Amino acid sequence: MTKRQQRMTAVAALVLGIGVAAALAFTAFRKNMMYFYTPTDLVAQAVPAGAKIRLGGLVVAGTLQRGEGLDVRFTVADCEQSVPVRYSGILPDLFREGQGIVATGRVGPDGVFMADEVLAKHDENYMPPELAEKLVAADGRHSCAEFSRPVMGRRPAIADRPSQS
Amino acid sequence: MIPELGHFALLAALAVAIIQGTFPFVGVWRRDARLMAVGVSAAQAQFVLILIAYACLTWAFVERDWSVAYVAANAHSQLPLMYRISAVWGAHEGSMLLWVLILAGWSAAVSLFSRSLPADVQAQVLAVLGALAVGFLLFILLTSNPFDRIFPVPEDGRDLNPLLQDPGLVIHPPLLYMGYVGFSVAFAFAIAALIGGRLDAAWARWTRPWTTLAWLFLTLGITLGSWWAYHELGWGGWWFWDPVENASFMPWLVGTALIHSLAVTEKRGLLKSWTVLLAILAFALSLLGTFLVRSGVLVSVHAFATDPARGVFILTFLAVVLGIAFALYAWRAPRFAADGELQWLSREGLLLLNNVFLVIAAAAVLIGTLYPLVIDAFGLGKISVGPPYFNAVFIPLTAPLVLFVGLASAVGWKRARWPEVWPRIRLALFIALGVGVCLPWLLHRHIQPAAVAGAFLALWTLIMACEEPWRRWRARGRRGIAQIPRAVWGMTVAHIGLGVWVLGLTFVTLYHIERDVRLGPGQSAEVGAYRFELQSVTPRPGPNYDADQALVVVTRDAEVIARLKPERRRYRAQGTVMTEAAVDHTPLRDLYVALAEPLEGGDWALRIYFKPMMRLVWLGGVLMAIGGLLAASDRRYRLARWAAHPAARIDGVPA
Repeated sequence: MTKRQQRMTAVAALVLGIGVAAALAFTAFRKNMMYFYTPTDLVAQAVPAGAKIRLGGLVVAGTLQRGEGLDVRFTVADCEQSVPVRYSGILPDLFREGQGIVATGRVGPDGVFMADEVLAKHDENYMPPELAEKLVAADGRHSCAEFSRPVMGRRPAIADRPSQS
Repeated sequence: MIPELGHFALLAALAVAIIQGTFPFVGVWRRDARLMAVGVSAAQAQFVLILIAYACLTWAFVERDWSVAYVAANAHSQLPLMYRISAVWGAHEGSMLLWVLILAGWSAAVSLFSRSLPADVQAQVLAVLGALAVGFLLFILLTSNPFDRIFPVPEDGRDLNPLLQDPGLVIHPPLLYMGYVGFSVAFAFAIAALIGGRLDAAWARWTRPWTTLAWLFLTLGITLGSWWAYHELGWGGWWFWDPVENASFMPWLVGTALIHSLAVTEKRGLLKSWTVLLAILAFALSLLGTFLVRSGVLVSVHAFATDPARGVFILTFLAVVLGIAFALYAWRAPRFAADGELQWLSREGLLLLNNVFLVIAAAAVLIGTLYPLVIDAFGLGKISVGPPYFNAVFIPLTAPLVLFVGLASAVGWKRARWPEVWPRIRLALFIALGVGVCLPWLLHRHIQPAAVAGAFLALWTLIMACEEPWRRWRARGRRGIAQIPRAVWGMTVAHIGLGVWVLGLTFVTLYHIERDVRLGPGQSAEVGAYRFELQSVTPRPGPNYDADQALVVVTRDAEVIARLKPERRRYRAQGTVMTEAAVDHTPLRDLYVALAEPLEGGDWALRIYFKPMMRLVWLGGVLMAIGGLLAASDRRYRLARWAAHPAARIDGVPA
């Protein structure tokens, strides 16, 4: 091969490689991209059926119920709307009522969010950043009164309002 | 008083770093040997000064000086001494101090062990390292001073993040930083080559041991981080494709490409500008990693806004360093002429191919890490891409890579022909195929195509890694083995490590069993062939935490295999709860139990995992690092050897 041919083969191989990589990356992106929703978003706009999304909100005090085995149900809310969540598995160490969480999963036909995974960060006052942006006022407090008292501990507090809707 | 001394030492180090970053350049420009020599003493003085500053901060931690804001935020009166010492790098300010300490350490090492370098090259390398130190010292002094005092003095500290109170995490960050920062030496050599216009076999020979050392530290750091996550995070994962992990993995991929292209540059005088580009990229990705982890962008693009000074500083620094580096590259690199031609079926051809795969894989990881940030920054929505994205892209890219690794060791330099290569690989190919099909069946009685492919690739790499020692043994017997240089042993061991890693990765990914269960005392669960019985959960106080400790007895065919004691700890200072998993391991399988949350009626939630060949993943990483150590300690690097190769000099530039 001459030098020129050689360089052309190299360039062709590189372009092909990058092309394949880009194709792989974009298909993988399209399949695995998850959008973030707040409960208000979820009520306001329909999620494509079966699409995997991330739902962020505050766990409403007094809504945590345990069922058979590791089944749990709780309600996640922001200031305006709330969404029931069903999950089977181990909740993170820092899961607390009144605290912010992010759940990954799909919306079921009955409107219940079926979570595959529930995340809470290692911080007592943690709120998912996406949610904090929507809920927290400039002074660092939650903008809605319901959650302004941090609820400590796992024990279900006597809820003065079971759930708002 | 002591903290002020530390602060003062840092200021003095900045002054020395400014001298180190300028005088040698002037010396090279004016051809003044005395000015050039300033770099050596400046590098050593800077190291001593930063070491003093570092010792002062450590002293403040050991003595529990709560008047220092950083100490108060990251220690507690009950924190054991070991963790008070490691808490120095437990958060932002101190870890940046560790960063500059290591940077100064690398430059001091260059000043001590590169006496054989020509004076002008050494001067330029040290000057580049000095200039980098100026940037980082300014960053610490202007935006994140660890010696800041706090008033009123708190009564007790807020304690070190419990996640970091683990022996693994004591040495993980220093190892990782040794790697990250170590690439600055390769970067400095690359810049010196661009400025001086000298890029020949000798240059590659000086750069290689430094790069290999940095790479092996990074390898160890990543391996240890993975091991730590597995034990400490309590969910049994060992790699999450988390942005922080990606930040260390991208420089590793490019660094791996770099050590291989340096070999081509040294042996064949080819791929010169590519090597220089990789050296710049490896360091660029290290800096980018620092920016991602340290600016807070990863938590949220908006966390960036909570302390804009830091993020803006690092971003500006990144832009300046890379701007200068790439401008120099664009200007000078086209003049590096290759000393020969490149054939595809030759070792250098295959190494180039591997390089391309490694760089593309790094690019795919980069896209997956940065794309969500970019989308968010432009307000186009909040998305995330999880591990499925990375697996879908990364695995198809690395599988051919692994295939070529084996092939390259059977192919000689310059040019090869298939008729020569085929007999060398034939046997290995058939053995790897045969065993690859049998292994999943023998171990798990269940064959999956992916498992066969993975086992084949792993065995192929393992067998071909031993090809060179085997060939030498057949040709000259024991004497042939004794004459193998350490560099070749290093390559062999590192490639065996790769094979072991692929094997572990394949089996643990495809045959693991994970079960989350609810158990009361006396109840048991079956996972695979094993039976896990929860016998009791008892309280057990620790130095700065209170724990619940479970006793889980594992039996197989009514025979007791292990008694595991996982813990759930509540740290007193912050009230944080941490899971301490218990693992029983053999080379072929891990039994992993983590105690999760207490449920009603005395029941507990437990995570019970069966992980086949988990140890091999880390063993592979350790073997790669050992290989790196062998290669870096090859005696030809230690010989003072400086032969002028005028071939690669840029015309008209004085040497």
